[in-house]
Amino acid sequence: MNPDALLGGFADAPLQSARAFRGTLEALARPGEIREVTGAMPPAPLSVAAGVLLLILCDGTTSVHLAGAYDCAALRDWITFHCGAPLMAAEDAMFAVGDWDALQPVTRFAVGQPDYPDRSATLIIEMPDLSPQGQRLTGPGIATSAQLSLPETAAFRANRTLFPLGFDAFLTCGTQVAGLPRSTIVEES
Amino acid sequence: MYVAVKGGERAIDNAHAWLAEERRGDTTVSELSVAQIREQLALAVNRVMAEGSLYDPDLAALAIKQARGDLIEAIFLIRAYRTTLPRLGASLPVKTEEMAVIRRVSATFKDLPGGQILGPTFDYTHRLLDFKLAAEGEVPAAPTAPASTAPVPHVTEFLNREGMIETEPTGDAQPADLTREPMELPANRALRLQAITRGDEGFILSMAYSTQRGYGRTHAFVGELRIGTVAVEMDIPELGFAVEIGEIELTECETVNQFKGSKTVAPQFTRGYGLVFGQTERKAIAMSLVDRSLRWAELGEDYTGAPAQDEEFVLMHADNVQATGFLEHIKLPHYVDFQSELELVRRLRAEVFATQEAAE
Amino acid sequence: MTDQAYNFAYLDEQTKRMIRRAILKGIAVPGYQVPFASREMPMPYGWGTGGVQVTAACLTPEDTLKVIDQGADDTTNAVSIRKFFQRTAGVAVTEATAEASIIQTRHRIPEATLTEGQILVYQVPIPEPLRFLEPRETETRKMHELEEYGLMHVKLYEDIARHGTIATAYAYPVKVEGRYVMDPSPIPKFDNPKLSNSAAIQLFGAGREQRIYALPPYTHVVSLDFDDHPFVPSKAPHDCDLCAASDSYLDEVITDDQGGRMFVCSDTDFCRTRREAGHLGPLGVPMQETV
Repeated sequence: MNPDALLGGFADAPLQSARAFRGTLEALARPGEIREVTGAMPPAPLSVAAGVLLLILCDGTTSVHLAGAYDCAALRDWITFHCGAPLMAAEDAMFAVGDWDALQPVTRFAVGQPDYPDRSATLIIEMPDLSPQGQRLTGPGIATSAQLSLPETAAFRANRTLFPLGFDAFLTCGTQVAGLPRSTIVEES
Repeated sequence: MYVAVKGGERAIDNAHAWLAEERRGDTTVSELSVAQIREQLALAVNRVMAEGSLYDPDLAALAIKQARGDLIEAIFLIRAYRTTLPRLGASLPVKTEEMAVIRRVSATFKDLPGGQILGPTFDYTHRLLDFKLAAEGEVPAAPTAPASTAPVPHVTEFLNREGMIETEPTGDAQPADLTREPMELPANRALRLQAITRGDEGFILSMAYSTQRGYGRTHAFVGELRIGTVAVEMDIPELGFAVEIGEIELTECETVNQFKGSKTVAPQFTRGYGLVFGQTERKAIAMSLVDRSLRWAELGEDYTGAPAQDEEFVLMHADNVQATGFLEHIKLPHYVDFQSELELVRRLRAEVFATQEAAE
Repeated sequence: MTDQAYNFAYLDEQTKRMIRRAILKGIAVPGYQVPFASREMPMPYGWGTGGVQVTAACLTPEDTLKVIDQGADDTTNAVSIRKFFQRTAGVAVTEATAEASIIQTRHRIPEATLTEGQILVYQVPIPEPLRFLEPRETETRKMHELEEYGLMHVKLYEDIARHGTIATAYAYPVKVEGRYVMDPSPIPKFDNPKLSNSAAIQLFGAGREQRIYALPPYTHVVSLDFDDHPFVPSKAPHDCDLCAASDSYLDEVITDDQGGRMFVCSDTDFCRTRREAGHLGPLGVPMQETV
């Protein structure tokens, strides 16, 4: 293991993870809103926000899939040391991290079971930039409508047709995070 | 003028102070030590360890003292403490065939390798109040004999050798941990056994008793009941081998039950299994009956609607910490719900009276 | 001052991660009950262990916590839970609804409209709305999967046949976003309209039953009813005797053994705020004398 893998975790896990979770909760509960989360310093190519999400949500009981360029020794070591999460194939993962292209096809991720829709994957989609402009979002968490710069429309529309099944997503860029639960209706604006 | 009742915090503090005073009781009577409870109320300690799912006689004794002898309250204290402990790993399965037994009886064979060992049992005591104990008399030491080093193999293994009893499947699969994962139904046998071994002794006893009286027949023979200590071993990855991390006392009960078979499949006896912390034989026997009863589907038996056959009924109601919490919570304020029903019933009554008047 | 013997907000980090994952899945599927490995808490099941675990998983050191039971901040269990979090998380506490960032409640939704940034955490005894119609979890799970809610409508309809009205006064079932039928916890049906389209996040924790569910902000929540028997939120037909409010849920207080009684707001903060603003009912007195 690279000694650098030991660095970049929370210095004060209880307090930092509490604050980061609140931002994450608000982000998922209010699709389209972009929040800042900090505290992790993961190795490249992982963003701070994606690193924070892994620290606050993943551990030895959650499987993680690293897609494309994210499946590198530095990240594997970092996740193993800080989360203890087993690294798995996309089909078996509870969490998946990567850029949008590497995550394709997203239809391979778990969408839950009809009697247990919660047994679905959460995608952490690393974005080159993230802004409240782009696709039009409506649904739970949104007063009227919101906008978010999603990487595409069709995949999220297809995911919505599975409701209450479907994957859930976080979009991350630097220290920014936005949430896109399966319940959100995505349209081209 | 009306002033709302305030001072909840002071009321709580005062109640706790009063409780502590009542716990101590008459101060002219000497205080009970935790060691006294551990040594002299050992069966209560065992029950608290078993249903608290934590093997620690000192903490169990402390919990009994703190709970003023209310064992369900003591079990609750242990559970609440246990849940704050990190789960460092899982032990290897304990080898009960290597148990250093203090008691071992079989109801199916008159004599057998390892012998019948009566051990410290109430079984043949005459239940006459012993007024000598009131005088705090010391007892003479019991006679001793050199400990036998002969192996004490399981009775069911003798039967197994002839194919007379079903073979238990073995495997390395990690069983789910009931205390770390939500209960999922239908449950597998490993999960059921976890739930029953920490279930309320009274509840499991009654469920087992009901099967003996025909509500889901178990027809059990106690193949073997053994009590004693076993080593607990754990694999240490850094060392590459297992090391002994301690010893625990267990009670194990294996029942031999009604056989099944057909013209093509030779009949075999079936098993019920009980394993409980400490010397807790009532619980272990009851557990093995309830285990067997819940296995009706896998053994191709009929579901007769008996409570002890109903996995969901048994597993969802066996836990006394859950049960007592939900039962007792109805003493908490329910002003709001009650008010909503009061208002509804008043309105419904007014409507009935209005209809009656209109009719008259 | 926090109690150093325990982790921040009592629960260990692994437990919090597990609860946090369940909360997020609950947010993603509004009204669906997510199973979670509820821990034994240092207070009994039935005292709000589910709510306490959800609050502990959401709490940050910067939060201001309000705890109510039956709408009141000074009921003993509310006092006890508030003290627990003061001790284990060192958070600020308040009785003012508007000042709180997290509100843990048992049996009421505050009268004051909640705002963005607030989280309302409900203590839930029986999360399954179909439980009293079908006691088996294995059956109700299938009913939710197949959206088979006919049994619930039959029950409500039987009420109408017998009483001429739906005879459910609290824990009145709702449908969330046209999909899941949900138990709103034992709040009076008077509170049901406040569930829908709230600006706050609403989280529901059932410890003994090991379930967490959620309503994100601005979620459409409808109380079940029939076209010819529409849902009516109801309360005692009185005004508050202390603050004269005509639009708040009331507790009935017996004042003597001659049939004397009075009605007062169940939401103690709402009532006090009104009296501070000069609203006085027939039995009310100006605030400073009663504090």
